[in-house]
Amino acid sequence: MNLEPLLLATPSGDALKLRPEGPWTAANVATLETLSRSVGAEVDQSRAVTLDMSGISALDTLGAWVLEKLSRRAASAGRPAEFVGVADHFSGLLDEVRQVNRHTPVAAPALNPVLLRLNNLGKSTVDAREDVAVFLQMLGALSMAVIGVLRRPKSLRLTSLVYQLYRVGWQAIPIVVLITFLIGAIIAQQGFFHFRRFGAESYTVDMVGILVLRELGVLIVAIMVAGRSGSAYTAELGSMKMREEIDALSTMGLDPIHVLILPRVAALVIALPILAFIGSVAALYGGGLVAQFYGGMAPAIYIARLHDAISVTHFEVGILKAPFMALVIGIVACSEGLRVKGSAESLGRQTTTSVVKSIFLVIVLDGLFAIFFASIGM
Amino acid sequence: MSEPQEEFAIRVRDLVVGFGRQTVLDHLSLDVRRGEILGLVGASGGGKSVLMRTIIGLIPRQCGSIEVVGRSIGGRTEGAATRWGILFQQGALFSSLTVRQNIQFPLRENLVLSQELMDEIAIAKLEMVGLQAQDADKYPAELSGGMTKRVALARALALDPPILFLDEPTSGLDPIAAGDFDTLIGTLQKTLGLTVFMVTHDLASLTTVCDRVAALADGKIVAIGPMHELLQSEHPWVRAYFHGKRSQMLQHQMR
Repeated sequence: MNLEPLLLATPSGDALKLRPEGPWTAANVATLETLSRSVGAEVDQSRAVTLDMSGISALDTLGAWVLEKLSRRAASAGRPAEFVGVADHFSGLLDEVRQVNRHTPVAAPALNPVLLRLNNLGKSTVDAREDVAVFLQMLGALSMAVIGVLRRPKSLRLTSLVYQLYRVGWQAIPIVVLITFLIGAIIAQQGFFHFRRFGAESYTVDMVGILVLRELGVLIVAIMVAGRSGSAYTAELGSMKMREEIDALSTMGLDPIHVLILPRVAALVIALPILAFIGSVAALYGGGLVAQFYGGMAPAIYIARLHDAISVTHFEVGILKAPFMALVIGIVACSEGLRVKGSAESLGRQTTTSVVKSIFLVIVLDGLFAIFFASIGM
Repeated sequence: MSEPQEEFAIRVRDLVVGFGRQTVLDHLSLDVRRGEILGLVGASGGGKSVLMRTIIGLIPRQCGSIEVVGRSIGGRTEGAATRWGILFQQGALFSSLTVRQNIQFPLRENLVLSQELMDEIAIAKLEMVGLQAQDADKYPAELSGGMTKRVALARALALDPPILFLDEPTSGLDPIAAGDFDTLIGTLQKTLGLTVFMVTHDLASLTTVCDRVAALADGKIVAIGPMHELLQSEHPWVRAYFHGKRSQMLQHQMR
């Protein structure tokens, strides 16, 4: 039978008779749209419109809606439009479609673009203030939890702490060693390459030693930990929040800060200095290998120069920063995790925010420490 | 219609499905007539959802045949959205899209049509399932449980598929909302001429909207027929299901 929908328009006097034929279904939507557009002008010109439905072989919501739209187009100008010859099994659908799309929702008035910018600026200012508040709140809650643990040492979740230490500390060692080793090697290579022109090759060792111990070792490791463990914390806590696990904990009279967050942050605070130490040693080793094979410096000389160039102070300056960076990473990661709302998208957004924010804060903190140590002469 | 109407919308023959050593469906046969609402009951973990997911091609079968509207099911299910709509238990709305975009998704992927018509169809579907045009710009996370189910139903119906699969449509709804949802399914089924395959535990839904009820036990359909016939069934599991304390209480109160 008819495989293509048709729309026959027969004007009779002032009236227009439309006769749709064939399958008026979603599969033929392109044809339907063309057909209904083609008779639009005729509908507008005629006095009365009759839709003869007897030729329709199949009808679905989409087809019914296209026809209903034609009849509404006529009716909107005060002309009567009626359906005739509607088969019984289509009448229900047509009646249903007649009810829909009657209320056009009021679109929100478009804001002035300048105002919109100002509005966004204001919002982000308020958000930034809220970020600070959330950070301080989490710091406070953690301090309370620590005091609680100091008062009753048995209440520390030791199993959880050890497990988190294993995850963020032990399991991170291979990648931390690899990356810092490469960074140390690259710095040494650059040093030899550029200092060679001034004949100051031997100072490369001073540069590698001081740079790695004071700044780069801890900074690179902190950034890696933020990306590796901070994101994991946010995603874990976020999905626990989504599945109401955190609410379940609170209703059982347990403090999520105490049970979930304190072991995680404490594990980071313990693990990061250790990782920073291991990382620094790996970087010095990388530098040493480059010194031997690229710079032609015997290992004994490298070690001797290192011994002269660096002191415990440099090491202290680096390693003292690590626990503070860990605290910042942990607080940001956990508070962003708790800010996750119902959707999967929100989880992704919060995880990204957590990593970006903690890396940013780690670098800012490093800058502040640099000023601080310079002013106290360390 | 142009082609001759098959009597059955879904025909399942000798279906065997298992995971590892465990056999979930054991030589199961089931016919769903065109234009009926079939309710499927069974023990929790007894394979109801497995049967539904096997029919729609999400779980591979070990042997047997499945025909949906005269076409056998196997491999990738292309153009599936035009053949059936599925309401998943949790709605399975795409959380990064608004309600409007969720409903338009099957339209956009399967048809070529103008944005204006697509918007109108989305709102039309939304109103058909009893929601309002204002809800169209919300995200799934902002919807209540009942609204989520309604939007999921609107999305399942976006392309007017001849068959609708519902996985526990009334679970998690209050009795009023569940009753409304049943009525809605009944109305839509009549207006759109749908065949509905419904997995449910809700005795009220079974009694009020289902034309026939099939009982799944031990991997087989042990009884099938209108509700009053099932109540007479002698099969021990079916008796336990419909004549247990809970069911008895409900039936008494419904009388």
